[in-house]
Amino acid sequence: MSVGTQDMGDTGATVASTELVERRRWFEGRNLVVVLVAATIVVMSVARLISDADRLTSSGTIGLGLRLAIPIALAGIGGLYAERSGTVNIGLEGMLIMGTILAGYAGWQWGPTAALFAGALGGLLAGLLLALATATFGVNHIVAGFAINIIAGSSGPGVARFLANQWFTTEEAGALGGSVSNGPPVDGQFPTVSLPVLSDGPDLLGDLERKGWFLLSDIAGLVRGVTADLRLDTIIAVLLVIGTAYLVWHTPFGLRLRAAGERPGAADSLGVSVIRMRYYGLMLSGAMAGVGGAVLVFAGANRYQQGQTGGQGFLGLAALVFGNWKPAGVLGGAGVFGYANGIRLSIDASATVKALMLAVGIALLVYAAIAIARRQVRGAVIAGIVAALMIVVYSVVDEINNQFVYMTPYVVTLLVVTLFAQRLRPPAAEGIPYRKGDSL
Amino acid sequence: MILRVLGKIGPNALAPLIAGAVAIVVSSIALLLSGHSPTEAFGTMWRVLDSTESLVLILNRGAWYYVAGVAVAIGFKMGLFNIGADGQYRLGALFAAYFGAKADLPAVLHVPYIVAIAVLVGAAWAAIPGILKVTRGVNEVISTIMLNFVAIGLTAWLLNTYFRTTGGSLTAETRTIPASGRIPSLNSVVEALGFNFGRGVVLQGYVVVAMLVGVGYYILLFRSRYGFELRVSGVNPSAARASGVNPKRMILVTIMLSGAVAGLIGMGPLLSDAQYYRYGDQFPLTLGLAGLSLALLGRNNPVGIALAAIVWAAIERGTQPLSIIGIPQEIGVILQGSFLLSAVIVFEVFSRRAQEQAIRDAAARAAPHTIGAPA
Repeated sequence: MSVGTQDMGDTGATVASTELVERRRWFEGRNLVVVLVAATIVVMSVARLISDADRLTSSGTIGLGLRLAIPIALAGIGGLYAERSGTVNIGLEGMLIMGTILAGYAGWQWGPTAALFAGALGGLLAGLLLALATATFGVNHIVAGFAINIIAGSSGPGVARFLANQWFTTEEAGALGGSVSNGPPVDGQFPTVSLPVLSDGPDLLGDLERKGWFLLSDIAGLVRGVTADLRLDTIIAVLLVIGTAYLVWHTPFGLRLRAAGERPGAADSLGVSVIRMRYYGLMLSGAMAGVGGAVLVFAGANRYQQGQTGGQGFLGLAALVFGNWKPAGVLGGAGVFGYANGIRLSIDASATVKALMLAVGIALLVYAAIAIARRQVRGAVIAGIVAALMIVVYSVVDEINNQFVYMTPYVVTLLVVTLFAQRLRPPAAEGIPYRKGDSL
Repeated sequence: MILRVLGKIGPNALAPLIAGAVAIVVSSIALLLSGHSPTEAFGTMWRVLDSTESLVLILNRGAWYYVAGVAVAIGFKMGLFNIGADGQYRLGALFAAYFGAKADLPAVLHVPYIVAIAVLVGAAWAAIPGILKVTRGVNEVISTIMLNFVAIGLTAWLLNTYFRTTGGSLTAETRTIPASGRIPSLNSVVEALGFNFGRGVVLQGYVVVAMLVGVGYYILLFRSRYGFELRVSGVNPSAARASGVNPKRMILVTIMLSGAVAGLIGMGPLLSDAQYYRYGDQFPLTLGLAGLSLALLGRNNPVGIALAAIVWAAIERGTQPLSIIGIPQEIGVILQGSFLLSAVIVFEVFSRRAQEQAIRDAAARAAPHTIGAPA
């Protein structure tokens, strides 16, 4: 190699790196999110046109995804309260279960509003029990969390089934279809609302969506999906997420809560009771997850059903990790997982899943191109190989097994924790039992 | 007198007694609140347990639980949370069931062949969180939980598309393991010793497997270099490192060993229980989670886990007939759950107390010098 090219290489590198610094500044935080969302929509639109699978971005799919995302998001927000205050919450699944059983009973007796509050109460009680074990007695958080799950009944019969046996096997309940594994239906339903004119009435977005135009119809489908036929509890849930972002990051209480999860010793020295904060964190955590349980009751058959949580508490935990312990991130993670589940459950799932694989393939190709421009050879090669794999599968395989879509959220979470481990920042003191006087 | 005896046995024995009492009180309250008589419930449980049949059933089920407990305990010994035992044995059992039913081997080779498949698959699946942890620092709790769900999807896909029998069954299941691949029951041995169970009571051969696992665990833990390094790594990782233990290697080996033993869990139902002998819908799939409870209750000790497994199986057996007399059978899980939670709390309280005592003792030893000094 001659000296000249060496020099040129060097200057090239410095130019690139200064550019990179500037570009980085531009590509951080909110800008990055906006760019990513825009790019995702474009890629999905292209994939839809190539594959002719209209369900990929239809308002129906998006709406279903949103409904499926809500319980996951609430569980994730529950996890956020717990972990921000310093407690790892493996017991989310159990809290969801307690939410479903209490919501199922209260909903049958007094209607959906009562169900929402009862669900919160169920989760809150489980949160209190977890707080008693972890904050007061210093039991290992993971151990105590699993104990909560087992007691609630995540792996078989538990308190939930005990209560169902008590409440739903009476003659009165039985006449309404109640049994040990099914509650009677909730008395009434929350109303659904749609955005007037755009998503309802003249339904302008629906018209645009049906045109099948590039990009415009996809955007219309997306917007209509999140604005049409929203059940009240969906809106409440989104408000709870926004409220959480405000409470935890913009109030003195939130500051104390986070201090208990980051530097409990320092918080303690400033007069914040770490134990009390962790109690509050777990009570809020349980209440959020419990509301998630109530939402699960409203979804589908509008009644308590044994096993209806189906591991969504753990998906909430995944959304929390995926979302880097932030409310918007949790919502995003839950959205991705809900969308994946929505596709799995939609009609014509196989074709839509194939289209999604194509979209992922295209996205990875774009990423590979950017990586080449940035001279990140390794990243480009890996992305290129995976992209090629996706596109080959898309064009060769006739039927995609549903189970692969089922696995998607978990694999995505594994990839995120593996590839972006350095970028993830969990609360510093989470999982460490605190005793007054500890110097951490 | 009683207190002194209890004190000698130490907190490890005292704690479960306290926890057991708490569990009985909690479940009695639950029963009373739901309008049932605790004395009737516990009386019935006791009567059910007091029979040879119950003893055999408890041993059978306890054996599954025991192996699950040991699998999790191996990881716990060095502070590794292998939540993934469920996924590891689910995959292990599926592969073992499929290839085991396909193979045509003499019994001497057939059983070891099936068991080896299960163990290898379990270890391989456990290697994933191990590798992620040592190369990328990924917390094994998150990765094993995620991998459990991935295992659910993988097994469902494999079973439905490749491994299911083409025979008449409507539900997806593998072919039945032929007789040469099964672990023979212990009834003939028991009869040779002069005892006789009632009709239809079978002592599963897997009980012997569980015992061997226990002995192996004991030898590994207390009689091998690896076991010493494992225990040191658990108590004091930096001391272990300073004395030449490679922490990364240790993590990988330990979690794979844990996964290998987890692979054995499924061999209980698959090779030793006439109800199964195949992998299908009905196959028990949450034994790994029970193993977590048992490792905690048994303090990772080979004997402790065995006692915990027997108590667990006994609660399960004893509560089975309760629903016949109108008492919810779920009281069993409330009993188990409150037992578990109060046990871990009592263990924690005791260990804190021991720590504080140690600090006070050290202070007392240091004190005479300061007091003796001139003012």
